[in-house]
Amino acid sequence: MTAPLSITLHVNGERVEAQVLPRLNLADFLREHLKLTGTHVGCEHGVCGACTVRVDGEIVRSCLTLAVQTHGGFVETIEGLSDSGEIVDLQEAFRQRNALQCGFCTPGMLIAAQDLLKHEREPDRAQIREHLSGNYCRCTGYQAIVDAVEETARVRRERKP
Amino acid sequence: MKASAFSYARPTSVSKAVELLVAHGERAKVLAGGQSLLPAMNLRLLAPEWIVDIGGLSELRGISVGDGRITIGALTRHADLLRSVEVAAHAPLLGKATGHIAHPAIRNRGTIGGSLAHADPASELPACMVALDATVIACGPAGERRIPATEFFTGTYETALSAAELLVAVELPAASKNSAHFFDELARRHGDYAIVGLAAQAVVENDRLNELRAVFFGVSDRPQPAKASASLIKTTVTPASLSQALEALSEELDPPEDQQANGAMRRHLAKILLARCVSELLDRPELGAGGRP
Amino acid sequence: MTSPAKTSGPLSTLDRPNSYIGRVVPRPNLDRLMQGRGLYVSDLELPRMAHVVFVRSPHAHAKIVAVDGSAAKQMPGVIAVVTGEELASVITPWVGVLSHLKGLKSAPQRAIAIGRVCWQGEAVAAVVATNRAAAEDAAEIVSVGYQELEAVTDMRTALDSATPIIHSSLGDNLAFERTLDAGAVDAAFADADEIVEAEFVFGRHTGVTLEPRAVVADWNAAETRLTIYQGTQAPHMVQNIAALHLGLEESQVRVVCKDVGGSFGIKVHIYADEMATYALSKLLRRPIKFVADRIESFNTDIHARDHRCKGRIGVTRDGTITAFEIDDLTGIGPYSMYPRTSAIEANQVVNLVGGPYKTKNYRARARVVFQNKNVMCQYRAVGHPIACSVTEGLVDHAAARIGMDPFEIRRRNLIADDAYPCASASGLRFELLSHHAALNKLMAMMNYDALRTEQAAVRDRNIHRGIGIASFIEVTNPSAAFYGVGGAKISSQDGVAVRLDAQGSVVCQTSITEQGQGSESLTAQIVGSVLGVSMSRVRVFLGDTDQTPYGGGTWASRGAGIGGEAALQAAKILRRNILDVAAAILQSSPAELDIANNAVVNTGDGAPRIELRELARIVYFRPDTLPPGIQPELMATRHFVPREYPFAFTNGVQASWLEVDTDTGFVKLLKHWVVEDCGTLINPQLVDEQIRGGVVQGLGAALFEKCVYDERGQLTNANMADYLVPMSGEMPDIDVGHVVSPTVESELGAKGAGEAGTAGAAAAVANAVNDAIRPFGAVITEIPLTPQLILAALKRI
Repeated sequence: MTAPLSITLHVNGERVEAQVLPRLNLADFLREHLKLTGTHVGCEHGVCGACTVRVDGEIVRSCLTLAVQTHGGFVETIEGLSDSGEIVDLQEAFRQRNALQCGFCTPGMLIAAQDLLKHEREPDRAQIREHLSGNYCRCTGYQAIVDAVEETARVRRERKP
Repeated sequence: MKASAFSYARPTSVSKAVELLVAHGERAKVLAGGQSLLPAMNLRLLAPEWIVDIGGLSELRGISVGDGRITIGALTRHADLLRSVEVAAHAPLLGKATGHIAHPAIRNRGTIGGSLAHADPASELPACMVALDATVIACGPAGERRIPATEFFTGTYETALSAAELLVAVELPAASKNSAHFFDELARRHGDYAIVGLAAQAVVENDRLNELRAVFFGVSDRPQPAKASASLIKTTVTPASLSQALEALSEELDPPEDQQANGAMRRHLAKILLARCVSELLDRPELGAGGRP
Repeated sequence: MTSPAKTSGPLSTLDRPNSYIGRVVPRPNLDRLMQGRGLYVSDLELPRMAHVVFVRSPHAHAKIVAVDGSAAKQMPGVIAVVTGEELASVITPWVGVLSHLKGLKSAPQRAIAIGRVCWQGEAVAAVVATNRAAAEDAAEIVSVGYQELEAVTDMRTALDSATPIIHSSLGDNLAFERTLDAGAVDAAFADADEIVEAEFVFGRHTGVTLEPRAVVADWNAAETRLTIYQGTQAPHMVQNIAALHLGLEESQVRVVCKDVGGSFGIKVHIYADEMATYALSKLLRRPIKFVADRIESFNTDIHARDHRCKGRIGVTRDGTITAFEIDDLTGIGPYSMYPRTSAIEANQVVNLVGGPYKTKNYRARARVVFQNKNVMCQYRAVGHPIACSVTEGLVDHAAARIGMDPFEIRRRNLIADDAYPCASASGLRFELLSHHAALNKLMAMMNYDALRTEQAAVRDRNIHRGIGIASFIEVTNPSAAFYGVGGAKISSQDGVAVRLDAQGSVVCQTSITEQGQGSESLTAQIVGSVLGVSMSRVRVFLGDTDQTPYGGGTWASRGAGIGGEAALQAAKILRRNILDVAAAILQSSPAELDIANNAVVNTGDGAPRIELRELARIVYFRPDTLPPGIQPELMATRHFVPREYPFAFTNGVQASWLEVDTDTGFVKLLKHWVVEDCGTLINPQLVDEQIRGGVVQGLGAALFEKCVYDERGQLTNANMADYLVPMSGEMPDIDVGHVVSPTVESELGAKGAGEAGTAGAAAAVANAVNDAIRPFGAVITEIPLTPQLILAALKRI
């Protein structure tokens, strides 16, 4: 009835096999089963963005995704994006600009920002604010984050004109 | 909050999905994108016994155009609608509206089928379907059923679908020459549910609205066509005639009260939106000046 | 006089070569947060750890007739179902009163309610299970019988004779009342040409920390020691209170704070469910984890700022403010919060109204009443937003009444920059503020005249923009006057222990705590500067009562001013000790030596003499090579406590530039400015970011945030879709400037800055909205300024 199901997926490039209850959401699967606690839980109803990860290359709310729905899929978390170096320049911009304080929103924010930067080479501040409008930060007031994303876009354009 | 336990099935065909719905009826919920279902389940507002995950039904994906119609599979995600060349060309109202739905991460999962079947009175796509005179295509034990959008939405979270039917696609007439559209919604923050919104599809010729389907959302328990806008069709609109239409609109609406707005405010905002709609469609800025006396 | 900090003497502490003080440097150790490798309490797992879920009352006020956990106990994964009675054998109740708040009364509160629940969300039982989902499943079938009682839900009638008294032992629903009468208020109002009166209404709101409250309590029965992992701002306070109520010695309790996902004062209080978690661990002899979910957070995290404040201002035609008067009413929960009390916010309001201004005529009454709603207590900028909104709203209305520009009326009435030291009408002592310098700087930064021109120009196109300004004063670096004098075991001093380790690295242990504001960084910057070592060599440890000096923690904007000074003094001693050893090794004298770039150098020509690494090697491993009699000491500890001033006041001024859509009532924030004087700036970027974050919380209060209770005491918007927090799409850019008036109480001269943004932001926005809609004859003195409120004021609906 509500027995565990076998799923196989890739997480940060690593093949994972697991037995999960259907009710288990992806955020809890990552945090509790795989001990990848960089994905944070802030609301469990899809509003705050702290749980943002990438599934099959696209950003999603992991609290609104069942683990069983990722069977056969590719999941990337903040740990993976960090280790691959994909966002090292964005992280450096965050550091220089102090675009994080408590850090709890930061994984989701970085993943959402990277999503924008992948699709938009020259986002203006309004676009940046809009793309991040689903990621709640209580500490920074957002301006430093917008600055850091804007700066990263500029640096990337310079690197690849 | 953690969702309650449930049984889970992931059918590999539409007919198998329908079989499951027949078997479990009201005790089952269909899982498409999950962006409305899963929050409700996480909050334990819903605790279905069965979840029928239709995510594997690739036949429900895709957008096709032919015979002056555009057909959109139920599992087409909002993100797909936004990127779709066909939608941009043949149903631009839909593309415009979809940009207002929630946020990118939600749009990557949420589907048109899910949104229509969920029938949240404050959501964008149901109103668009009515404005576009769409037809909802459902599949049930008795086969395929075609339901006009104007008859599909029957109440808050209620549709004409039976518990055993699956929404599989929507069909819209492709936009004709001289067709124009308007979409706007008033929400406190980007991506929030609208307090009031307006989706309108029109045909504009010689500075007149030859056709206008203006449909409000957020003012009722379902999309509400603005009957009052009929007086603006096939005639030269003046500030006075617009003002009259806005008054008639106000009479026509009986909006609910909630934390965001009371009925009077929703009526007022609806008038503002209709004025802005007419003003934009006819390219007459002076008409959009708020319907101010 | 306000100017860049200069203490006397050559090469003073703040003038060190390569000093980090005053520099923008990135915070150390951000990588782990950016890689998702932080350690928040919600991430923590311990062996045999179980999860607790609380069964919470759906009623605002009810007798608990029976609690039946028998069916729940049988559910899979369930370890225990515990009632208030059972827990009472492990943990004692508490009362949130302090003796210096005369007349404050409150009733005992228990970790889990016994006999009666007093707010919707109060815990009536605990379900402990192997995982959270299982605990929730079981909690659903705990059967609780309630007999509903009438709920007190309107502060305006809480003291009426017809209203039930929540705690009969207290005699009424009045928790606290304070009055103040300074100067000659009645005469002052008689002298006024115009009197403006308004009632200011504030939406109750809450912190919404992104990481909810979370605790792991680990009672080790073999060691008889409790380790509490908690994101608290005040670990020693928690240690003291946990020990007290669990019948333990202080040394039997250790409190550990690692990464904290936001606090803002929310996590500085003592919560019933967290105390219950400590007690459950002791009862069940295993680690217990409690993580509030978002719904629980809304229902049980402290709320704040639920005030209705009547205000009056008298002004003469030439713009002189003659008097302020307020009558403030605030409705808290059924208990005064522990241990800081729920009277402090109202007390602050009384203290702070009119604070920036010269007038000595001020009368105030504040009453704090109990209600059957969630508990209320200190949240970022405690009381300041109320006081500032009332004061600055009255000042603006007065200006409008006499046809004076808002900058001008402030120029005529703000305390002069050369008037210090002086005191406010309410008796607050000011060491040195800079209201006028700040105002002038603001006016230049925002190009006020250009904005007024633009405002006038667009009015013709039916676009209504508004400018609002708000001056404020801010309490920082509190002494024992805040809590200690009232009997609270909350330390007002802090300490730093600093040592040079064997390879020449520097280790600091500080009693202040980090929630993301940069406590670690400011400590490292100060120590690095004073010692002459690179920041990369400095490691800071905080948030562990076993491993740091005893202290107050970080709250009330005290970390930099108090903890920073302790760091400075400790580093000075260590520097002297190092030079003593170096002098002995080099056969020189300490006066001829200095430390720079990680090495001992000649004071004269700066030539390096011995690397610190080498000096450390000698001290730790080859003391046999040192001259006879020398006992090197490469560790130093210093504490600091403010002694002269009860609070180090800061001051600032904010401005908001916005647009009101008079058709829809929607407000668009175009820009915001802050000029802040918080004394010495250790890291200007971190200060500015604290201000920005604080401003946005104030903007949220101004436009969006409100806990909506119905008349039955039900919180109706306890989720993030309905309780509106500010998101990036609606927030403006915020320009920040500074004036610097250091405090002479400390060598560092730093005052606090963490709360200033929140103190004045809502006031500036409210004044701007009123400025925008003034031509329509509308004035609004309520926040949040929702579209409906604005449309109603404009008579559009």
